Amino acid sequence: MAALLEVADMHAAYGPTRVLHGISFSMQEGTITTLLGANGAGKTTTLRALCAMVKTRGEIRFAGQRIDGRATEDIVRLGVAHVPDGRGTFVNLTTEENLRLGAYVRKDRGGIDADLERVFGYFPRLKERRAQQAGTLSGGEQQMLAVSRALMLRPRLMLLDEPSFGLAPLIVKELFGILRTVNQKEKVSMLVVEQNAAMALDLADHAYLIETGRVVLSGTAADIKRDDNVRRSYLGY
Amino acid sequence: MDAFLHQVLAGLATGGIYASLALALVMIYQSTHLVNFAQGEMAMFATYFAWSLINAGVPYWPAFFLTVIFAFVLGVVIERVVIRPVENAPVLAVVVVFIALLVILNSVTGWIFSYTIKTFPSPFPAEPIFGKYMSAHEAGAIGVTLVVLTLLYLFFRYTPLGLAMRAAAQNPDSARLVGIRVGWMLALGWGLAAAIGGIAGMMVAPIVYLDPNMMGGILLYAFAAALVGGIDSPGGAVLGGFMVGVLENVLGAFVIGNELKLVVALVLIIGVLTVKPSGFFGKVFVTRV
Repeated sequence: MAALLEVADMHAAYGPTRVLHGISFSMQEGTITTLLGANGAGKTTTLRALCAMVKTRGEIRFAGQRIDGRATEDIVRLGVAHVPDGRGTFVNLTTEENLRLGAYVRKDRGGIDADLERVFGYFPRLKERRAQQAGTLSGGEQQMLAVSRALMLRPRLMLLDEPSFGLAPLIVKELFGILRTVNQKEKVSMLVVEQNAAMALDLADHAYLIETGRVVLSGTAADIKRDDNVRRSYLGY
Repeated sequence: MDAFLHQVLAGLATGGIYASLALALVMIYQSTHLVNFAQGEMAMFATYFAWSLINAGVPYWPAFFLTVIFAFVLGVVIERVVIRPVENAPVLAVVVVFIALLVILNSVTGWIFSYTIKTFPSPFPAEPIFGKYMSAHEAGAIGVTLVVLTLLYLFFRYTPLGLAMRAAAQNPDSARLVGIRVGWMLALGWGLAAAIGGIAGMMVAPIVYLDPNMMGGILLYAFAAALVGGIDSPGGAVLGGFMVGVLENVLGAFVIGNELKLVVALVLIIGVLTVKPSGFFGKVFVTRV
């Protein structure tokens, strides 16, 4: 079976600062894969590179098609939804407008209304906040909004950048539970970048460990969790 | 009292024109964070286009709508050709481009049409309505302004394209991530702003007459209006426009005299910037470091 996402020898740089030095990985359709690593390892840059938000070199294939060199807007149209670092909320728009923007590239009006109800089903809190300015939502609610906005695309692949960042442990647990449900029920594949390695490894099927812009270790989440070095450096026991 | 009422109503008419132009300024400001100094000259150029059509025998309203389309295309082309290349340039570079646009449009118009002042027709009858308080053109201009503002409000508030334009102006990165073609949204914004300006130009030309420098003072009032309302608030800009129009007219007629009217705009600009830089409806900007 061909991989849903295949990255080969990807380099990326912000101006003169090179961040990724030939990173390679792949993931299967329907799975959750996580990229682990310390601050500055290049996790966020990897996700940004996949969406052409940063200048890259190397080969990226999504569902068999080359997507490197394409514009962000076109990659979104292939069904790649990015939940960015910092949530990317449209702070002056209402919650509902934020969600409708997530479905901007879709043309099926009826389907969009139905999906609005679907994400409200996952996150009832957002329904209460529907007409409220998104900038006034709490951090947790904004993260739910970012995930919901991505779901409104009806994506094939979701890229999640630090979904647990700045959230209370209980909310993280709830959010990760919903991500798992979405993955299982709707067959949405997910590539998750996390600093919270324990949570990420519990959620994911596969994991890659990144250090200074390269993959240094890969395997099933269960194997990675048992790896002594990972345990000591990232899980802390 | 009659004279006062007359001045207030006339002020509302010109205020509507300031409001339109102020709204055009705000629209550009929201996406670029800069004031487009060439907004007035773009409007003036469009008005000359209307004048040429009318002179060539095209009836007023067809000429009006053709001009709106012309102004829209002009705005889109200016954004694509002139503004696009300096998108990521330093602020001063962009300001210089705006000023260059102003000078170029002004001179080219003078070169094509000469600097002699021309009359511009009004589509509305010459006899006053509402008794002696208001000319039909003033009433008509207010009507046209209100229709334009309402249509714009509906467009931005209720259509997916309007929502996408707002999103693109607010947060270009996130907008790209949901698939919005941000570059085109900005161009569309320029087109709309130019079209609004064109309408304002056609509404004010019968009052101030047509000449290449006709929009200089008006842009200043519009700028004052946008600042009073808050440079990032479309609703504030519109309200500010009407306020400045009335204030300018009433003060000009009863307090400081017509010769010093433009000073009202300058005093407002300096006053707002020193006392309340965010205007009445604007947001206070805090940058976190």
